[in-house]
Amino acid sequence: MRREIPLILTGIVGITFFVQFFVPHSPMRELSETFSDWYSIISAFAIWLGGLNLMKISFEKVYKKDKDWFFAVTTIVSFFLILIVGLFFSGGRQYLEQGSGYDWLYRNIYSPLSATMFALLAFFVASASYRAFRARNAQATVLLLAAFIVMAGRTPFGDWITVFLPEGWRLSNLSNVIMNYFNVAGQRAIMIGIALGIVSTSLRIILGIERSHLGGE
Amino acid sequence: MSSEFGIWLAAFFTIGIASFLYKDNPLYKFCESVFVGISAGYWAVALFWENLITKMFDGLGISYSLGLWPEKGALQDIFSGVWNWNILHVLAAILGIMMLMRLFPKIGWIARWPLSVIVGSTAGLWMITYFQSNFLSQLQKTVIPLFDIGRINELSEIGAVMAEQGRSIPLDNYFAAYLGNLVLIFGTLAGLVYFYFSKEHKGIFGRTAKVGIYFLMITFGASFGYTVMSRMSLLIGRLYFLFSTWLGFVN
Repeated sequence: MRREIPLILTGIVGITFFVQFFVPHSPMRELSETFSDWYSIISAFAIWLGGLNLMKISFEKVYKKDKDWFFAVTTIVSFFLILIVGLFFSGGRQYLEQGSGYDWLYRNIYSPLSATMFALLAFFVASASYRAFRARNAQATVLLLAAFIVMAGRTPFGDWITVFLPEGWRLSNLSNVIMNYFNVAGQRAIMIGIALGIVSTSLRIILGIERSHLGGE
Repeated sequence: MSSEFGIWLAAFFTIGIASFLYKDNPLYKFCESVFVGISAGYWAVALFWENLITKMFDGLGISYSLGLWPEKGALQDIFSGVWNWNILHVLAAILGIMMLMRLFPKIGWIARWPLSVIVGSTAGLWMITYFQSNFLSQLQKTVIPLFDIGRINELSEIGAVMAEQGRSIPLDNYFAAYLGNLVLIFGTLAGLVYFYFSKEHKGIFGRTAKVGIYFLMITFGASFGYTVMSRMSLLIGRLYFLFSTWLGFVN
């Protein structure tokens, strides 16, 4: 029951989605739409599970007075703040509308926090690349050059340092060539490899050969 | 300088997160913990309204019964003798509640049932969509003529017009016409050869794989550069917010 039923469920749902693609008629179409809704409903519960688990861990931290327990209080307060505002004080289904409490929290807290957090990565990536990017061999040099050309070519600086070249032959144009041809060729090889990997892994999951999602038993 | 409370709050959180550049400090930790809580709550609210209410409560007809939604749902249809597939959402609700059992370690295994639905549907859906979009369509885009004759013909026309204006044809246009397709075809093939590990990389096969590595290196370098630039634009956005919207230094 702990293993067999999940395996059967995985197989049935997976095969339904697969077959529905080739037989887009009743009852396969309705069944597939139903499973698609199931996916949305269960994934919503999964997000709630994540939130509740975060609260469980944070409350434990506060209860045990662990190190930095005060920050766990902040997490709890901010979680419940947006939850209460979003569920009860933002006009129900119109919660996303401009001017709602949820929208205010999004614009003034969530958005600046996430944008600054990702902006910080610019510094970390730059410092990491300074340490890691050494032209040790030809391949590393090619990587370094491609990165430099793309970065410089996307700014006025790129054209400024190649101002002696005729217009249309400057770094921004070279950057376009790299992005549209060399980069696309490499991306295609990667994408084709990923697709083949996903097809084989999906088959293994549907047929019950791959069971790691059930705890690796 | 702005007098709006929301702008001051946003500026406070922006500076708080940016303070990590100096070193890990209590202000950063405070902002980080707020970010964690707000993010979790943000998605919980969004999925509650988008998925649970619209799919589950409306689909089943619970919203209608409570007078919160004008359209009837599965429960009303079933009671009037009409089959409605949405009645099966009851099972999804049960599976969803089973998912929450993960919070209790002793009965956490029950969460495997809903998880198997998620994994099964993702596997079934991705098997086809990835095969179509990432495999077939990419192959289709690679099976192209070695030279783009149409673009080569266009070049002479564009060249005449640009020469009159005293300008030369841009490098991108030349490349697209003469070498673009060749690079796309050979680069993709070389990259694929590199990923083929069932044959030893020796002789012509090995040399092609080596060229494939160079293509992949260019791809990684370009992706890296592109990522850095996108992060830079975010940084510029935050600086612009601080100096323009908050402090009013820039108009």
